[in-house]
Amino acid sequence: MEEPVKVAVDENQEYVINMGPQHPSTHGVLRLVLALKGEIVKNVEPHIGYVHRGMEKMCESITYPQIIHLTDRMDYLSAHINNEAVCLAVEKALEAEIPDRIKVIRTIMSELTRIQSHQLFWATFGMDLGGLTCFFYGLRDREKILDIFEETCGGRMIVSYNCPGGLMYDIHPNFQKRVKEFIKYFRKILPEYDQLLTGNIIFQERTRGIGRLSLEDAISYGVTGPTGRASGFSCDVRKHEPYSAYDRVKFNEVLFSEGDTFHRYLARMEEMRVSMDIVEQLIDNIPEGPFAVKLKPVIRLPEGEYYQRVETARGELGVFIISDGNKNPYRIKFRSPCFSNLWVLNLISRDFKIADLVAIGGSLDLVIPDIDR
Amino acid sequence: MRSIIKYLKEIVMAVWSLLKGMKVTGYYFFQPNKIVTQKYPENRKNLVMFERFKGEVIMPHNEKNEHKCTGCGICEINCPNGTIEIISKSILTEDGKKKRAIDKHIYRLGMCTFCALCVKTCPSEALAFSQEFEHAVFNRALLIKVLNKPGSQLMKGVE
Repeated sequence: MEEPVKVAVDENQEYVINMGPQHPSTHGVLRLVLALKGEIVKNVEPHIGYVHRGMEKMCESITYPQIIHLTDRMDYLSAHINNEAVCLAVEKALEAEIPDRIKVIRTIMSELTRIQSHQLFWATFGMDLGGLTCFFYGLRDREKILDIFEETCGGRMIVSYNCPGGLMYDIHPNFQKRVKEFIKYFRKILPEYDQLLTGNIIFQERTRGIGRLSLEDAISYGVTGPTGRASGFSCDVRKHEPYSAYDRVKFNEVLFSEGDTFHRYLARMEEMRVSMDIVEQLIDNIPEGPFAVKLKPVIRLPEGEYYQRVETARGELGVFIISDGNKNPYRIKFRSPCFSNLWVLNLISRDFKIADLVAIGGSLDLVIPDIDR
Repeated sequence: MRSIIKYLKEIVMAVWSLLKGMKVTGYYFFQPNKIVTQKYPENRKNLVMFERFKGEVIMPHNEKNEHKCTGCGICEINCPNGTIEIISKSILTEDGKKKRAIDKHIYRLGMCTFCALCVKTCPSEALAFSQEFEHAVFNRALLIKVLNKPGSQLMKGVE
């Protein structure tokens, strides 16, 4: 007699699908393997490495000034802040005295970078949730900052404006005028953003109470940036360990305690206002002086270990350099914010619907090249 | 009764929030002077890029077909990707001495990451950025460019 065929039955009845690597709302080549029960997400397994370029290894074979242009391509939306991190680490190691002018210009540029990054966040987050108009309006206003960058640095996203010891060029004569124009313009436009998206009932229903991240989880996963601050984790490096000219400006750290998708969004909207305040305080007081300090043509760091952390638009970026006294680093390690922020995705999107996963993923504001490096 | 009023109020507020958003989009819909989009291929003739825009690396020549490149190779050393390659030759100067000069300054546009280190570190300011941004070609070999023009010479007074 023939044995009856046994049908393998999955006890959990979970349906496993791939989201990405080519999916518009993963914002790059991120592959999420989802275990679904109907429409409910039961497990999210991020698979990374699709844009891995071996940046840390590449850095070991090139000199310090050459590293700068690679860091542009990590988190391309906060390119200038990444540049600054490496420059500050190198300058710390060389114990170089940096004039005030450089510090102030770097701070202004960093804050402009933060604004344009959050503008793009607003644009794409609106688009993820079905508001295509946000995408056009966000990019329209971002263009104004990119024009400022293009005029002064020569690049729009990939600026490469910092170099160890200062800046590549002095600011363009139009720089101050254009930044003031932009601030004036954007203060008028920002309430429109709120009218269009923040108050929208569909948007509120889809984000309030979705993907709640508790303070304990935020700390234990090392979630930083606006994502962490929305959960009440006071982690602003600009406040706690001021670098460049952040010690001479007054600003408030944006903190919320709810930690849901809506408040992660609100934290970024508030940060745009804070950034504008910082720029306004500095733009009229750029001190006179040289735009770069003359360092040796071949930069050799003294033997030792150096660490510098900065606040990018997405969180805390750490640069750790081990030098053996040569002109290229023995080992360099980037602690990138997106890598840490990604891993809470499984925790906070469990038991929500698959459409909420898009909202949660969007609110983490991931940049995939920053995860893979 | 109270819950019905609350329910109706929520509906009215929801519709109101949508109308508020539509007010913004409607405003821009009826304001054609607020359009910021540029019609790119049509406006090519009067499209001006910023003077610092990093289009591609060029070697400026003067009207006598002279350039400033001495062939020292500092740009080649500083380039992080091996974009630049300098092939040098030795020439006889007027007073009969042998001197090094460039034969070909090869620039591979396809590999360039526009970090501006070559332009910045050149001791004789022989390199510059052009504002050209339409780099697309049909053949990959066309991206390998020789920057010094044929028959060009070193500018007098540049060492």
